[in-house]
Amino acid sequence: MPNVLDIRRRIRSVRNTQQITKAMKMVSAAKLRRAQEAILRARPYAGRILEVVRSLMARSEVRPHPLLQEREERNIQLVVVTADKGLCGAFNANIVKAAEGFIREKEDKSIDLFCVGRKGLDYFGKRTTPVRHQQVNLFQRIEYGHAREITGKLVSQFLSGERDAVYLLYNEFKSVIQQRIVVERLLPIPPILLALEQNPVDYIYEQPAAEILNTLMPRHVEVQVFRALLESSAAEHGARMTAMDAATNNAVEMIDSLTLTMNRARQAGITKEIIEVVSGAAALT
Amino acid sequence: MADSTFKLSVVSPERLVLSEEVEAAQVPGKNGYLGILPGHAPMMTELDIGELSYRQGDRTSYLAVTWGYCEVLSDQVIVLAERAERAEDVDRERAQSSMERARQRLSNLQDPDTDFLRASTSLQRALIRMQVSQKAGGSG
Repeated sequence: MPNVLDIRRRIRSVRNTQQITKAMKMVSAAKLRRAQEAILRARPYAGRILEVVRSLMARSEVRPHPLLQEREERNIQLVVVTADKGLCGAFNANIVKAAEGFIREKEDKSIDLFCVGRKGLDYFGKRTTPVRHQQVNLFQRIEYGHAREITGKLVSQFLSGERDAVYLLYNEFKSVIQQRIVVERLLPIPPILLALEQNPVDYIYEQPAAEILNTLMPRHVEVQVFRALLESSAAEHGARMTAMDAATNNAVEMIDSLTLTMNRARQAGITKEIIEVVSGAAALT
Repeated sequence: MADSTFKLSVVSPERLVLSEEVEAAQVPGKNGYLGILPGHAPMMTELDIGELSYRQGDRTSYLAVTWGYCEVLSDQVIVLAERAERAEDVDRERAQSSMERARQRLSNLQDPDTDFLRASTSLQRALIRMQVSQKAGGSG
């Protein structure tokens, strides 16, 4: 027969855990909202940049930009975007699994990694695939500067010919309960993305169009990276929120069943005592 | 175009900084400041670090911008700036301290090329932010 006191202690401990998970869920919900707003705020900039790039590309005198140059893929860099923290369900595990899959698929090529977020680094730091670059502790506060720093490294290695392609792997925010893992080719920039939809406006260019394009292209990549960071952060908070909600529900269930067991044990104890008293009295008469 | 105003939007990667009907704007183009009035021909230019100003009635407002592009369309002007701050939002103390830091770095240089460029751009940026913040709230 379980001890009533022990069960009571157990319930208290579960209740404490429940309070923590509940608080974490609420914090994540607030952070998620902020992350979603950040995505929305970043959208106009990204949209404009893309449109300007498109209209510049449509002009015939602009020759192919080096960032668009397709080469045989021999050296590949994979940017893996994970979270800095755990306790968010399968969020990090899924990304790591996808990255492993990617590496296996391109086994015959030389791949190295760029880990964004601590969890990816924790995993791949101990594995055979070399981690060339890392960027951790940025999800507390995502700034455009982070994206610029990351992109600077990627672009310079691509342009020097050290890498033939750069892929980006991250969690896309679909809804609060759903994340989608996305693999995107960042460099060379897929030309399909830059195809023009409508007729370009005929601008007067203060600088030669090619010159503007040269500075604009890396910025377009920066925006892509920035968006991936924002998406991943929103997805992370969403995942954490669901995970913590589930944990809170589990705690409730556990408390219920423990309470039931405790009541049963208490009742059994009382019954036993009554029997003892009654039989004691019967023995006297 | 008989309109006497056009729409000016300033967009930075982090947010939409400004979107208003204005009568005139002055932007820090790479080849020098340029003024834009309603009915300007479509134009595209790169921006430098500098001060962007716009006029609404007799009120002139200022922004500090750092790199970017300015796109002039028939009825609107879109500024894509890597960083843009309204005069009122500039943190004076931070600008001051980063100016001093940049000055200091410039005064004791060892590594000639990269460091110099970075220090001088950050000095330039700090100066512009200071300059703009002094005009905060100053109408007319």
